[in-house]
Amino acid sequence: MRIGVVTFPGSLDDTDAARAVRYAGAEPVRLWHADRDLAGVNAVILPGGFSYGDYLRCGAIARFSPVMAELVPAARAGLPVLGICNGFQILCEAHLLPGALTRNAGLRFICADTRLTVLNTGTAWTGRFDPGQEITVPVKNGEGAYAADQATLDELERSGRVVARYTYGAPNGSVRDIAGICNAEGNVVGLMPHPEHAIDPLTGPTDEGLPFFTSAVAAFAGVVL
Amino acid sequence: MSEGSTVSEQVTVSDTVEVAAATPEVQQPYKALGLTDDEYQKIRDILGRRPTAAELALYSVMWSEHCSYKSSKVHLRNLAPTAAQSGKLLAGIGANAGVVDIGQGYAVTFKIESHNHPSFVEPHQGAATGVGGIVRDILAMGARPVAVMDALRFGPADAHDTARVLPGVVSGISFYGNCLGLPNIGGELAFDPCYAGNPLVNALCVGLMAHDDLKSAAASGTGNKVVLFGSRTGPDGVGGASVLASATFGEEGKAAKRPSVQVGDPFMEKLLVECCLELYAAGLVEGIQDLGAAGVACATTELAAGGDGGMVVDMDAIPLRDPNLTPAEILMSESQERMMAVVRPDNVAVFLDICRTWDVEATVIGEVSADGLLTMTWKGATVVSIPPLTAADGPVYQRPLARPAGLDALAASGPDALPRPADGAALLDTLLTLLGSPGLADKRWVTQQYDSLVRGNTVLAMPEDGGLVRVDEETGLGIALATDGNGRYCKLDPYQGTQLALAEAYRNVAMTGAVPAAVTNCLNFGSPEDPAVMWQLAEAVRGLADGCQALGIPVTGGNVSLYNQTGTTAIHPTPVIGVLGVHDDVRRRLTAGFARDGAQLVLLGATRPEFGGSAWADVVHQHLGGRPPAVDLEAERKLAALIAAAAAQGVLGSAHDLSEGGLAVALAESCLRGGVGCAVTLDSVAVDGDPFTALFSESAGRALVAVTAGHEAGFAELCAAHGVPATVLGVTGGDSLSVAETFTVPLDELERTWVATLPALFGS
Repeated sequence: MRIGVVTFPGSLDDTDAARAVRYAGAEPVRLWHADRDLAGVNAVILPGGFSYGDYLRCGAIARFSPVMAELVPAARAGLPVLGICNGFQILCEAHLLPGALTRNAGLRFICADTRLTVLNTGTAWTGRFDPGQEITVPVKNGEGAYAADQATLDELERSGRVVARYTYGAPNGSVRDIAGICNAEGNVVGLMPHPEHAIDPLTGPTDEGLPFFTSAVAAFAGVVL
Repeated sequence: MSEGSTVSEQVTVSDTVEVAAATPEVQQPYKALGLTDDEYQKIRDILGRRPTAAELALYSVMWSEHCSYKSSKVHLRNLAPTAAQSGKLLAGIGANAGVVDIGQGYAVTFKIESHNHPSFVEPHQGAATGVGGIVRDILAMGARPVAVMDALRFGPADAHDTARVLPGVVSGISFYGNCLGLPNIGGELAFDPCYAGNPLVNALCVGLMAHDDLKSAAASGTGNKVVLFGSRTGPDGVGGASVLASATFGEEGKAAKRPSVQVGDPFMEKLLVECCLELYAAGLVEGIQDLGAAGVACATTELAAGGDGGMVVDMDAIPLRDPNLTPAEILMSESQERMMAVVRPDNVAVFLDICRTWDVEATVIGEVSADGLLTMTWKGATVVSIPPLTAADGPVYQRPLARPAGLDALAASGPDALPRPADGAALLDTLLTLLGSPGLADKRWVTQQYDSLVRGNTVLAMPEDGGLVRVDEETGLGIALATDGNGRYCKLDPYQGTQLALAEAYRNVAMTGAVPAAVTNCLNFGSPEDPAVMWQLAEAVRGLADGCQALGIPVTGGNVSLYNQTGTTAIHPTPVIGVLGVHDDVRRRLTAGFARDGAQLVLLGATRPEFGGSAWADVVHQHLGGRPPAVDLEAERKLAALIAAAAAQGVLGSAHDLSEGGLAVALAESCLRGGVGCAVTLDSVAVDGDPFTALFSESAGRALVAVTAGHEAGFAELCAAHGVPATVLGVTGGDSLSVAETFTVPLDELERTWVATLPALFGS
């Protein structure tokens, strides 16, 4: 399986996402923000970082990148897409996911290990988790407080599209402790925490983030079979 | 008054070399630019005429204390012999940063640098651009920057101005380092009234390269092109090196100096890093220099001085953010995120293409010439024509030294007369007081604002004793880093205090299981015009040189920051020492926290009653006097070798260095970090048998280790073989810290005390 990792100017966790793809047994493919095709990849990760410096609203410029013009219709047609941190922000800006990410409640950047509860295991990126499984992965963001209107939040909850919640309360002020959501079809997932930094206890708190990546590999294998 | 405005008023378009030669009588504002009468005369002697306004600006920044090291150079020469003892140094003192061979084809470059003055004037941008500057230094060596650290010192934690400076500095480091994508793996946070008017913000960067990637700052090869790339040149930071970093904060205060502080753009720096690395990989760079202090003036001068000819620069080609800048301002501007490269003419087109890929503006502004002169033209006329070495080398001063008048009195007023805790309850109270003091309290309020994980190779980061970064995923090769400094010890004895800082950084690196390999330093002192300060500087450098000789590790480079004083009050002499270590296999790293129950606790090293300059004397009694702890570098070597051997054998569960607050604080920290308690007895710890000495003495050369069950006898033999005194203290386990016949305290209570302090001061 080939999983594309997009590098925007200012992407930072692209090498880490590529490493996680490798750990999961797939081939990482580097995609450049100015690319006008997706190189035939089977899934795409939008990594963390500060695309274009995020001097405007986070992700607001990245959504206009040439590669996004290819990615948006592909995602709407079912291509598995995972947006992590800045990638989640870009997915919201591109309207592939509802809502927005706003400044942390404390107005400070926070880098800390966080406990998550995985709620939806029916997405392209969470099939290898058990429903309700708790995992420890890091968050690191300055603008990670998820926000949406009440109707959107109620709809997300009703349709099971809250993929993961902060188990002991959101460290960044996310509404309803939401850590990640997906689209109605479950192929597009946005996560504020960083599972690619929890793939090996040597360099992260745990390896409990790895199933996000192995899930995509397993789902792809299922499709092929 | 603002020195910046004086410069622009005096500079006129017509001040060409010809005009300067014809008008020797023109009064020039050299004093406002920080030059002395003698220095100004020397410039006139060199040129055989008065300098043009642009030349005056160039010399003023190049000859500033910050750029020329004119007061410290005679002392820094003493560090050179330490390099001779290492066969692993690929580049040493004098390069942008030293380069160390770490094996397997890898080399590492690292350096620490101050950004003290800007960080006081404008904490956020001052600290941010401090990170940016040191990262470009590392980049200019040909390396990929892989991690940063920061050593921070502020005035009293509860002082009004600290509430302005500290959050600003931390947010600046967080903003710049996080956006740049470099993990922050450690550093220091200390408080002392002496830093109230002069906070210390020292940033360290480490970079990784292959042996062949080493780049030099030299413009050679006549006809080669000089390319300026990165951000445009603007009016920010004009004269930062001379009028800001090389002067004392005086009556006019910090507001008047704000125009001298630069503004950082970490996104541009990230592009610049990736762009440079691609240019290096494509073999397109003959020589390279970052633009830091003194901007274009410094980059052109140093590249030309390092090369085999001269350089011609067309100043009209330099892209400007403000078209009204004068030649002098263009030369002095410290606009951030700029680099200057020397490129073969046939490579220029490809060079510019790669820059375009990264949206980095790049412009050919000149070429290497054969005449040995640095020549610059502006609007068709020559405004600079100088021999570059005369600007790059600068004056050298043998400033007068004098042992500070009060030093004997300070040494005589030792801590022996201070009231000591008499019983178990009082000893516990002392521990809680120390643990909750701002300098020893949990530092997560600061460190959680830094991304420690990006790049995915961080094995250890704060609050561990040393940071540890994986270099090779296959072999597990890694590098460890620690910085340490203690102004109180150095105030009492700068020679010994510097060696204590060196010893602590060395020990901290060793605690990860790494082998210490090289040293960098950031020497923060008061005004060199004060003979007492110069004596402190000379003693500190002598201590560092002797210490590195004794430990067998080279000093690879560093930075000197002088004029850290407000009025006549200087900071404590504060050399901050960074030590780099090589870890054979990061999978066998050691951590400070107790990991599991039932491990034997052993104290390594000897404990003497040493309280001069201690955290106890400072926090409990606000006392500074007596002698700092003794230094035994041979014992430090043995301890480091023992830990490395034990880590390789896998017989230790944890290792934690003892420093401020002694054994008591080390025990509490290891309990809290691992969430596992312990029960210890102090019977045979201290030479005087006093539990107070056992708990709070700051004798150097000590560590607390937990021995993995089943390896107790083997480890004892290892200690004996290495000649390291080992005292069995007790065993890990439970949920309290229990000291036999003294006190027992639940970890919950320790934790509450430890974590509450910084959020209470700076906001939760």
